[in-house]
Parts: sequence; C-alpha cells; structure tokens
Amino acid sequence: MTEMNENPLYLLPEVLLAASAVLGLLLGSWLPRARQWAVGLLAAVACVAGIVAAAVAAAEPARTAFGDAFTIDPVTSTSRIVVLGGTLLVLGVSFGPLRGDPRESEFYVLVQLAALGALMMAGAQDLLLIAAAYLLASIPAYTLAGFRKDGPGTEAALKFYVVGALLGVLMLTGITVLYAAGRGTAYPMLGEALRDAPEVLIATGAIGLLAGVLFKAGGVPAHFWVPDAVQGSSPPVAALLTTLPKIGALAALFRLGDAVFAGSPLPWPALIAVLAAASMTLGNLGAFFQQDVKRLLAYSTISQVGYLLMPVSVAGRSDLAQQALLYYLAAYTVTNLGAFSVVCALPRAHTLDDYRGLAKERPLLAASLVICLLGLVGTPPTSVFLGKLEAFSAAFDGGYAWLVVLAAVNTVASLFYYLRWIVPAVSRGGSSQPAEGNRAARVVAYAAAVVSLGLGIAGGPVLDVLTAPITR
Amino acid sequence: MLTALVFAPTAVAVLLFALPRRTSPTVFRVVWVVMSAVELALVIGLWAGYDSAGGMQYEERARWIPSAGVGYHVGVDGLSLPLLALTGLLFLACAVYSLRENRRIREFAALFLFLETTCLGLFAALDLILFFVFFDLSIVAMYFVIAGWGHRQAARAALKFFLYTFIGSLALLLGFIGLYLAAEPHTFDMVELTEQNPLAGRSVYGALVLLAVVVGLAVKTPTVPFHTWLPPAHVEAPAAGSAILAGVLLKMGTYGFVRIAMPMLPEVWRRYALVLVVIGVVSVLHGALVALAQTDFKRMVAYTSVNHMGYIVLAVGAAAATADGSEQARSLAVTGAVTQMVSHGLLTGALFLLAGVLYERGRTYDMGAYSGLATVAPAFAAMTGIAAFASLGLPGFSGFIAEFQIFTGSLGPRPLATSLSVLGILLTAGLFLRALRQVFTGPLRLPDAPGTPRVFPEIRAHESAAVVPLLVLAVVLGVAPRFMLDVIEPASRSVLELLAR
Repeated sequence: MTEMNENPLYLLPEVLLAASAVLGLLLGSWLPRARQWAVGLLAAVACVAGIVAAAVAAAEPARTAFGDAFTIDPVTSTSRIVVLGGTLLVLGVSFGPLRGDPRESEFYVLVQLAALGALMMAGAQDLLLIAAAYLLASIPAYTLAGFRKDGPGTEAALKFYVVGALLGVLMLTGITVLYAAGRGTAYPMLGEALRDAPEVLIATGAIGLLAGVLFKAGGVPAHFWVPDAVQGSSPPVAALLTTLPKIGALAALFRLGDAVFAGSPLPWPALIAVLAAASMTLGNLGAFFQQDVKRLLAYSTISQVGYLLMPVSVAGRSDLAQQALLYYLAAYTVTNLGAFSVVCALPRAHTLDDYRGLAKERPLLAASLVICLLGLVGTPPTSVFLGKLEAFSAAFDGGYAWLVVLAAVNTVASLFYYLRWIVPAVSRGGSSQPAEGNRAARVVAYAAAVVSLGLGIAGGPVLDVLTAPITR
Repeated sequence: MLTALVFAPTAVAVLLFALPRRTSPTVFRVVWVVMSAVELALVIGLWAGYDSAGGMQYEERARWIPSAGVGYHVGVDGLSLPLLALTGLLFLACAVYSLRENRRIREFAALFLFLETTCLGLFAALDLILFFVFFDLSIVAMYFVIAGWGHRQAARAALKFFLYTFIGSLALLLGFIGLYLAAEPHTFDMVELTEQNPLAGRSVYGALVLLAVVVGLAVKTPTVPFHTWLPPAHVEAPAAGSAILAGVLLKMGTYGFVRIAMPMLPEVWRRYALVLVVIGVVSVLHGALVALAQTDFKRMVAYTSVNHMGYIVLAVGAAAATADGSEQARSLAVTGAVTQMVSHGLLTGALFLLAGVLYERGRTYDMGAYSGLATVAPAFAAMTGIAAFASLGLPGFSGFIAEFQIFTGSLGPRPLATSLSVLGILLTAGLFLRALRQVFTGPLRLPDAPGTPRVFPEIRAHESAAVVPLLVLAVVLGVAPRFMLDVIEPASRSVLELLAR
C-alpha cells in the first residue's frame, strides 16, 4: 500500500500553493516594483485552482497519501476549501495597502506559506508531519506580524515568536513522549498502542502536543499572544493570524481526539471541554471593555475558539460533531474575515468611537459590519448561528450539557461588546469619516457579509456534504 | 400564499433602499401604509378562506437544512390566525400613526416592514428553528427601533431589552435542542414533535427542557421575575415601537406556551403547571400594584401589560389541572388566553399610541403635569377613556370576554389562585380611573417646561385613524366575539387533547 499512494497529485492543492509561493519569490526578484502585483494575482490563481482541485478530490472516497502520513477525507477537503477561500479574502484585503510596497511580493509569498502550513496541519495524520506543519504555519506568521517594521509590529512579532518558540518546543517534547509511549507517530498505530500505554506518559505527551496546537488555534491557555499580535500587526495580517491557522489547528485537534486519544485512558473529551469553557469565558471577559477594534476582535476570536472546541471535545462521541466543527469553521472564517475586512476598509479608524456615523457615510459597509458582528454573536439567519446550533447540539448529544449552558451564557455576554461597536456605527453624527479607504477591502467586506448570510440560509446542501465519515 | 404574506414586507423594505436618496419622504410613508394595508387585506383573505374545523391549513413545506433536521414549514390554525390578524392590523395602525414621522423615515419604514415579517413569520412558523429565527430577528429589529428613534435614555433601555430577551432566546434555543435530540429521528418540526411527544416518560430531562423553554418564553412575555426590561423599553421607545412591542412582540411568549410548551411537553407541563399558576398570579398582582404606584403614564401602561400577561399565564397553567374533569372549563381557559392576547394587543396598542399623542403635545409622560385635558381635547379624552375602560375589563369590550373566559375556566381547577387574580381587575380599575381623573378632569393645566407649546391641540386625523379602528374592533369583539371564538375554540380543544396525553 505504501508504494501505491505516493502520488503527489493527491496533494494537488498543497503542491499548487507551494509552487506558486516559490514561483512568486522568483518572479518578485525580477519584476519591477510597479508590477509586483502579478505575484498577488498568481497567489490568487493558485488558491482558486487549489479550491477546484480540493473540490474534485472531495468527490472521491477518502484515502491516505504517503503511507499514513496525510489523509484526504471530508475534514481535509473542507479545511482545504475554507483555508484557500480565506486566503483569497486575505489577499483581497491586502491588495490595496500593499500596492507599490517595496516588499509586496514577499508579503504574498509569506501569506501563501502560512496558509500552506494550515493546510498541512489539517490533513496531517502523523505527529511528525504535525510538527513540520506547525513550523511551516508559524514562521511565516512571525514575519508577517512584524512586517511593517514599526514599534507595535516589532513588539507583536517578538511576543508572538517567543510564545510560539516556547510552545513549539513543548510540542516537540510531547511528540517525543508520545512516540515513546506508542512506539510510532502515525495516528492509526498510535490509537491502537495508546490503549494500554502508561497513563502518565500519555498525559505528558498529550499536554505538550496540546500546547502547540492550541497556540496555533489561539485558545486558552496558549492565547496570550493573540491580542498583542493582532493589535500590533497591520489589519490584513491580523485577519490572517486569527483565522487561517485556527482552521488547521482545530482540524488537527479533531483528528487527534477522534483517532488517537479516543481509546486511550486519558479523559481527553473532558480536557477539551474544560479548555473550551475557559477559552470562551476568558475571551469574552477580555473583550468587554476594549476600545481598540482590532484588540476587541482578537479577544472575540479567542472566545470563538471556545465554541469551536465544543464539537472537538465530543469528537467520536456524537455523530453531529464533525459536521458541526466543519460548518462552524467555514462560517466563522467568512464572518470573522468579513469583520476584519471592514477594519481594513477604514485604515484610519482604530477605536470604537472612530466608527461613529459610519452608517451615514458608508451605509453598505455599516450593514456588512452589522451582519458580520451579529453573525459572530450567532444571530440567525447568519451562518454562525447554524454553526452554533450544530455545535450546541453536538455537545449536548455528547453529554456536555453544562458546556452548552455555559456557551449560551457566554453568547449573551458577547452580545454586549459587539453591540458596543454596532451602536456607534449605526448612530448619527460624530466625526467626519475619512472618505478615502481601501476599495478592494470594501468589496471583500460586502462579499463576506453576503456569503455569511447566504451560507446560513442555504446551509442545507453544505451540511449534507460535511457528514461523510473520515478515515481512521 | 403564506410565504408571500410573510416575506412581502421585507421585500418592500429592501426596495425602499433601492429608491434614490433624494426621494421625497411622502413616498416612503405612502409605500409603508399601502404595504401594511395590503398585508392586512391578505390576512383577511386568509381568514375568509379558513375552515374553522379544518386544523392546520395553508401549510407549506420546503427542505431547508435537512441534515440538521431543520425545515421550512409554515401553516395557520386557530391559535395563530387571530394573532396574524392582530399583527396585520397593528402594523397598519402604526404606519398610519407615523404619517407625521420625520426622522429618517426610510429607515423607520424599512425596519417596521422587516419587523412585520418577523412577527407574521413567527406566528406562522411550524418549525422550531424557523420560530427561533423570527424570534431573534424580532429582537434585533426592535432593538434598532428603540435605539434609533427612542427618547433620551433609549440606548440604555434598548441594550437592556436586547440583553434580557437575548438571554431568553438562548434559553429557548437550549430547550429546542433538547427536544430535537430527544426526538427520533432528530427533527425540529413542530408538527412531528407534537405527534411524537418525545419526552414522554423522561421526567428529569423533560423538566429541564421545559425549564429552558419556559424561561425563554417567560422573559419575552414577560412574567415576574423577568419583567424588569419591559418598563424602560416601553418608556424610551417611540410610540409606534411601543405599540408593536406590547401589542405583538409580547404575544410571542404566550403564543409559545400554547404552541410549543403545552403540546410538546404535556407530561411535564401537567406536573409543573402549578408553578405557572403561581407565576401568573404573582404577575397579575405585582403588575397591578406597581402600575398603581406609577406617575408616568406610559410606565403605568407598561406595568398593566405585565398584569394582563399574568392572566394568560394563569390560564395556561390552570388548563393543565386534571383533578377537575370538566374539559369544557379548561378549554374555556385556553380560548380565553388566546382571546386575551388579541384583546390586549388591540387595547395596549391603542393606549401606547395615545400615550404617544400625549407626549408629542406635552413632551412628558408625567401625569402630574397634566390636568383638565378633556376641555381642550375632548376626542382624545374620549378615546383614552374608552381604551382605559376596555383595558380594565368592562363588559362590552374585548377585555371582558377574554378575562371572563379565563376566570370561568380557571376557577374550577384553581379556585384560590383565580380569586386572588380577580383582585387584579380591581386594582387596574382603580389605577386607570385615577389616571383618567388626573389627566382629563379638573382645571386645565399643561406642562410648562421650556420649549413646550402653550396649547394642547386636539388629536389629529391620522392619529385617530390609527387608534379608532383598534377601539372599534375591541368593541366588536366585546359585543359579537363569536366569529373569532369559532376559530379559536377547535384549536384550543385540540391543545387540550394533546395536553391530556
């Protein structure tokens, strides 16, 4: 079997993205500064081609590639489409501000590499591949965080890097311990071997592994970098940091729970449930009185990770878990990117008060903002509502009713800080908004709001696709 | 047909935004009134074609999100039809009343049209998630109405309203998920859930689900102790917003009791009905007593809403009592509850619109600032008097029919509770009479804060055009209620059959 499945075409979306990144780097060295946008265009084409390839691959039955290292099943396929779609949106919002930047092509290349890391994390079925994907997703992201080379950006990058390096080392330690306990790194093998391995070893290994994966997901307790990195970096980078790596990390966690730790003596579901509870609660508490919009969104993403961890915690215990996670991931990605696009579209507006009078100046942009923020709350009929409904049902079904109640309470609490942003945006008067802005980002914001609504209203077919079983 | 009825207002609301920005405000007003009138005509058409013995009618189904057990399913029966009609009428009244509204009329009209969709959709919904979607969207739309067009403290009041009712809606969602997971196969469809009765024999699970659903609906209704969002929201909301909030949105809670809680959770409902009876009585008495202490006219009307909703909760609680076998009496209680929803919608809607008239002239709701208005504005005084008398349950008005049925139906199974709540009638009578005496009789006195006009003009044509039909209908229902009771009674009997399982 090992000889049979070493076909690079199985990894076509990943290969396309990597090739386009390398090609973009070469192109960028030769192109004049005014024409560096071609690299961005190339990246966008690679994303679109990757989405098509992923969709084609999704129609085929699930399979593994390169031994048992990589798997192509609904989880991978959905993550691929969501990550690549999210990358497209990030490219869209960064097109305007980076136009003519001396390092324009480098930016696009880094974005693609970060996305590639997320893709690898989502599909990895081997601890060593997870470690490689972790580095691939992290290192470009550190660079992107400090891309502007200004004070806050440098601070953001440094903090991000130090925390990432520490947790990365912990993760490698965890992987080593798990290797020792299970005598292997491939999930199917580990899942068998861990059934009767010493519990202390499994627990140590799992906690180390969790540290790294949660760092990428931006969940409690590995969330300390999120607010500073998001506030310090430029809005497009902030959009990227809070969405793309999360998708890969949560898909990886889901797989770990489903294939590796399901049979182990470790109380993995309870552990994830507690982390989910902590993440949603602490994220919300942090967001309450923020004045800076990026910082507010940063905390909001931490709390969203909490909701996303609900289906992860019941992986393998509820039939609804998989579709709930995947649907919520897609809904969260588009809605969160929509909110960040609005931030990108108004580069001069930093605090909540700067949004006063937005509805009068730019009614459509204000409407998009309202849709995305109410969407993040989980107001029907946006897609996050349906995602939350699925996630709540899955957690309920898996026996975590207390977590569902806590999530509902947190949802109400989150309404408070989202409203603190919505109210100035739709109220009258206030400062004169700078008329200039990022047109591409505006279009992305409209598109994201429409998709977020549309995905919610027409969620039926999407959910149907997501229910197919994953490979074990 | 039903789908068109529900979504047409939103479509028109979107069209309003397609019109150029310079369009004259008159166009928006006319479109709004015409659309509301068309909606009312459609509802009357529904009523004309409704067969009162036919159960669920005008049903429409579509696959929506089958893998999540969610479908698009709407229909009309004797419980929802009167409320649909009430919704159509009140929205038309508000559109007519707002003919002089100048502040951002396009957005105002669009919000109200959207709100009309959510209200009609909620009463027609036969799927729990569809119900929930409309439930939540009505909160969002009403939030913007209060925050955008309210009085001075509107932002705070709107936030309180949103947070409270949002907590309620999430509790409701938890209950719905509990029902969904208990059903086999998993479904959110109300008709199937009612047939399946999925929680039969599972007492703890059933009790928790009932708790979640009842808390969710009780916040919206609102009953004591979840009513504290109501007075500030009403006082700060614009008149038309208050009328809709009290007239239609509060009914979503009580409608939920008869549509969802009673038929789907019959066993636990019967077991815990006494709790609801107690909550109902406490709401009746607390609402009336606190209303008695108010000096602010609108706040007083708001508290009488708590009182009136209390009768409904009492009735649905008493209907569950099985000790007394007289089915007819219990059916009377449910019928009375639905009649009370309609009656309260008409009368409180009218009272809030009249409160708006008062505010527009004197710039305050404080009853102490007015006196002797009957001499300068006799028609206004007459309408307020009629609305107040009808609201306190005087025979000849719809309120009497409703409350009489509720008391007759509840007295057998719950004599003590019912006799206590009759005291509520006495208290409301006292407080309305006191308010009428203060504002309309005695020597003429007007608020003389700086900026208020020196004269108190009589009620204008468009204002009376909004209020008079509501009062006329209240009288018609009080004198000849048969045409509505014929619709409600079969439905309330079937609710009781479901409850007796």
